[in-house]
Amino acid sequence: MNNYLYIALIPLLPLASFLLLGLFGRKYFKTFSGTVGTGSLLASAVLSLFTAYHYFFIDGKVNGVFQKIIAFKYTWLPFSPNVSIDMGIILDPISVMMIVVVTFVSLMVHVFSLGYMKGEERFATYYAFLSLFTFSMLGLVVSSNIFQIYMFWELVGVSSFLLIGYYFEKPSAVAAAKKAFIVTRFADLGFLIGILILAFYSGTLDFGVLIQRLTSFQSPEYLNITSASFLGASMLTWGLTLVFIGGAGKSAMFPLHIWLPDAMEGPTPVSALIHAATMVVAGVYLVARLFPVFSIDVTALQIVTYVGAFSALLAAIIACTQTDIKRVLAYSTMSQIGYMMFALGVSKYGGDNGLGYMASLFHLFTHAFFKSLLFLGAGAVIHLVHSNEMKDMGGLRKLMPITHITFLIACLAIAGIPPFAGFFSKEEILSAAFNSNKLIYAVAVFTSGLTAFYMFRLYYTIFWSKDAHVHDTHHGEGTFSMKLPLLILGALALGAGFVPIASLVTSDGAALETHIDVGFSALPVLLAVAGIVLATFLYKNENSKPQSIATSFGSLYKAAYRKFYIDEVYLFITKKIIFNLIGRPAAWIDKNIVDGFMNLLATTTAKISTAIKGLQSGKVQNYALYFFGGIIGLAVLIIYLWK
Amino acid sequence: MNEITVTHILFVSTALFFIGMYGLFTRRNMITMLMAVELILNSVNINFVAFNKYVYPGKLDGIFFTIFVITIAAAEAAVAIAIIINLYRSHHSIDVEDASELKY
Repeated sequence: MNNYLYIALIPLLPLASFLLLGLFGRKYFKTFSGTVGTGSLLASAVLSLFTAYHYFFIDGKVNGVFQKIIAFKYTWLPFSPNVSIDMGIILDPISVMMIVVVTFVSLMVHVFSLGYMKGEERFATYYAFLSLFTFSMLGLVVSSNIFQIYMFWELVGVSSFLLIGYYFEKPSAVAAAKKAFIVTRFADLGFLIGILILAFYSGTLDFGVLIQRLTSFQSPEYLNITSASFLGASMLTWGLTLVFIGGAGKSAMFPLHIWLPDAMEGPTPVSALIHAATMVVAGVYLVARLFPVFSIDVTALQIVTYVGAFSALLAAIIACTQTDIKRVLAYSTMSQIGYMMFALGVSKYGGDNGLGYMASLFHLFTHAFFKSLLFLGAGAVIHLVHSNEMKDMGGLRKLMPITHITFLIACLAIAGIPPFAGFFSKEEILSAAFNSNKLIYAVAVFTSGLTAFYMFRLYYTIFWSKDAHVHDTHHGEGTFSMKLPLLILGALALGAGFVPIASLVTSDGAALETHIDVGFSALPVLLAVAGIVLATFLYKNENSKPQSIATSFGSLYKAAYRKFYIDEVYLFITKKIIFNLIGRPAAWIDKNIVDGFMNLLATTTAKISTAIKGLQSGKVQNYALYFFGGIIGLAVLIIYLWK
Repeated sequence: MNEITVTHILFVSTALFFIGMYGLFTRRNMITMLMAVELILNSVNINFVAFNKYVYPGKLDGIFFTIFVITIAAAEAAVAIAIIINLYRSHHSIDVEDASELKY
């Protein structure tokens, strides 16, 4: 085996940059902190491309099957000879693909931010946070130990909290950061319990051993975990479902998706990084990582499937009504991640049955590029218009030609028009769904039409519709550092579909044969085209048709606009029910009983001391008298009473 | 003629002790109080000498102790007078009632 130690540098370089910029950035790197962060990430990205090349084309494959390689392992916290928390680096197709995606998208965001965040007061802090986030995400994807992944998972949560709340002088940003942190933290509780269940029954925290023990049907661990049951489901189902809840929290699956739209309060490049390509797919990655175990538990997989499909549909409907462009993109992210989730859910392990698994990761791969492109394009638009609202935009195609073209490419990619990237991955997902569950297939095809519709609604309202009325065009389309990432990502959104993911990233490591069946792809593509045509008809020129359609849908439109009142339901449950039934009584007990006891002790002591403080009169003869009285008392005691 | 017994001597020393005590409690002048303390010490000395003579006539321990106490009393008087002088400097009085700042 080759020496893979250099891979440790991929996450460690961003960490070094974080420490450097976080500790000294504001003092010594005020102007070129962006260069430091971008430079370290460029090195990481080059290393990870090299790793990918090495793994996929030179020595990852043994007998046509990609192997899991433990590149580095250090026992960090041993509990017993068999159970320990390790810090390790695992190399297998998904982790290698993920480090490439993460470093690459992060690099694009770093470069874009050079222009976008220019002149910010806390420029160095921003880059420090970006580096921290990249480090955590890379640590997450290379984790070889389930507890290691949990630690990096939390680090990702913290750094996303910091980035969402970057504009902390805005109350809405603070609220959004808190909301994201609390909701994902709540989901992580499920993740932790899931880890504990799986680790308890399998007797290990190491991914490889855990998967091997829980998937061999004769092993005592497998028999134990399937025979133990709780509330009618086996412990295996419980453990996996709880792990999935953790993943659903990070990946913004219904009903834990409420933080994602609000998280758009962060700087737009941050949204491109966190809420498009990396953190939100952590849940998908987690399920994929444990997929051999998921694949033997039908119930857990069905939960994954239905939650994914429902989220995809719900988010697409909501996205049609939103007017904040970043929120539209946020909901489309949620919808696409729903696709990835249910693709995993309908998949099986190994061979041709693993199509869904491959399709899900393929979609993750292509989605990372075109969605970060969409977000960066939106960032460029917001940079020019100084607003997130659709009504402030329109006719921008002449002002920003590069943004316009790349945005159009990304829209075509997400809509699934051949030959753009999204077409290929979406086709695989749809055919996986078609082979296993017709209901899911129907939902997916319908959602894909909706996706095309709302993406082009967004596209037309930004770039066509009315004439441009932006007066403040002093910085035009933005600096070169803002255009370059758009162009690179645009090329990738066009070409990423031709990357042969099917032969590289599969459930069991063996290559998978895929082909595009024209008859099969006709329906989704036609629906997508129909969506685009409808959007063209409604939004290309400013008219009153969208308004009248919205009115004719009446309450349905209003419900979708208000995001189906899910936020209100959460507020009702937390504020009214939890607050009144648990919070208030607990506060009363704390105030009156716990504090009351302590106050009683204090006031009693105070009263006694006031009563006897007069004894300390400052008159020395009085003291002598007390002393003498004491001696007399003792003498009497000893002489007469000591018997 | 009656012999002087230990009881007589103890009466004297007890009287001396309580006179000293009374003086210590009632006098406000610190020099007088110091004198009262000396009375108390001397009553103790009388006890030592008396018990040495009547109980252990062959030994000198009580006498040695008495000499020791007298020495200590001399040193103590020196210290006490130094304190009194300092008190006078700061309060312009050697009345203990005037020096009652150290209270609640």
